[in-house]
Amino acid sequence: MYALQGLTWLLLLQTLGELLVRHLGLPVPGPVLGMGLLWLALRWPPVREPVETTARFMLAHLSLLFVPVGVGVMTHLSLLGAYGWRLAVALVLSTWIGLAVTALVLRALWRREGQADA
Amino acid sequence: MRDFVELWTYLASTPLFGLTATLVVYSLAQATAARLNYAAWANPVLLSVLTIAGTLLLTGTAYPTYFAGAQFIHFLLGPAVVALGWPLWQRREELRRYGLPLCLAALAGGTAAALSAWLLGRWLGLPHEVLMSLVPKSVTAPVAMGLSEKIGGIPALAAAFAVLTGMVGALSGKTLFQWLGIPTDGPGWRTRGFALGTAAHGIGAARALQVHPDAGAYAGLALGLQVVLTSLTLPLVVHWLS
Repeated sequence: MYALQGLTWLLLLQTLGELLVRHLGLPVPGPVLGMGLLWLALRWPPVREPVETTARFMLAHLSLLFVPVGVGVMTHLSLLGAYGWRLAVALVLSTWIGLAVTALVLRALWRREGQADA
Repeated sequence: MRDFVELWTYLASTPLFGLTATLVVYSLAQATAARLNYAAWANPVLLSVLTIAGTLLLTGTAYPTYFAGAQFIHFLLGPAVVALGWPLWQRREELRRYGLPLCLAALAGGTAAALSAWLLGRWLGLPHEVLMSLVPKSVTAPVAMGLSEKIGGIPALAAAFAVLTGMVGALSGKTLFQWLGIPTDGPGWRTRGFALGTAAHGIGAARALQVHPDAGAYAGLALGLQVVLTSLTLPLVVHWLS
């Protein structure tokens, strides 16, 4: 029952997020605003307890949710073929740059704050 | 043989096929990954995608036929983004304490990934709509789709790039971090996890969780932060660049 209530809350907040984004013309996607609304709603135990159950389950299996889109890559094979190596270079290098910059900046900031041993 | 073809045609035409196939293949991929001690290359998403796409191509089944069933799983990406608020809330103490370094690192890493994708893609002569589908790739797929639409990209392509980016991060993270000299102690794991969540979203985060609980928690944190930061900054940056 908790899991079902939790899913209901998530969907309600997503809907609210979509409505607000559309109505106010906000620049963020609906689910992102829904996430912000959830943050506020989590103070309230009737939301927190069921959402905790559902969120724990969903996030534990997050990678499953990427499978349908991942299979969708097959519909772009011609485009990937046409720009294949160029796309691969841009995609792989920019991912490495993103990973490296995040890790190095975080390490430097933590060291500077003297929290490396925290 | 004809009976089999008829049966296949029947099964493939109902949503039952896409949904069941996704869950069965993913469960098998998980079991395989566990068997191989969670080796990076045995990534459950990668294994599932290759198996399902291979089967569809071999049997001549169209992607929309598969998606008729798989959409029920795909749909959950939306509520999953909302659910990311939970790990953020749970770690609100840490966020308060390390908020500034974490936000700065997330902002720096996210911007570096998007900007380098944009510069590299432009230098390599990728067409505009492909470029605009590539730029939001380090944020989780549903958000990447929404953002690419806003900046003039192709949502389906953006989702594909996001998934590929996640796999690249999950597969190569360890080697890259070793090379950068990020240790495997407490802060080291947190840094590694946070970087994976920032640059390789949900797939990177899932990998981080396989490796170490602290890395997983910080990856979840980074994933949520990146969704918010990229959603706010990317449209502005693209507007300013073009």
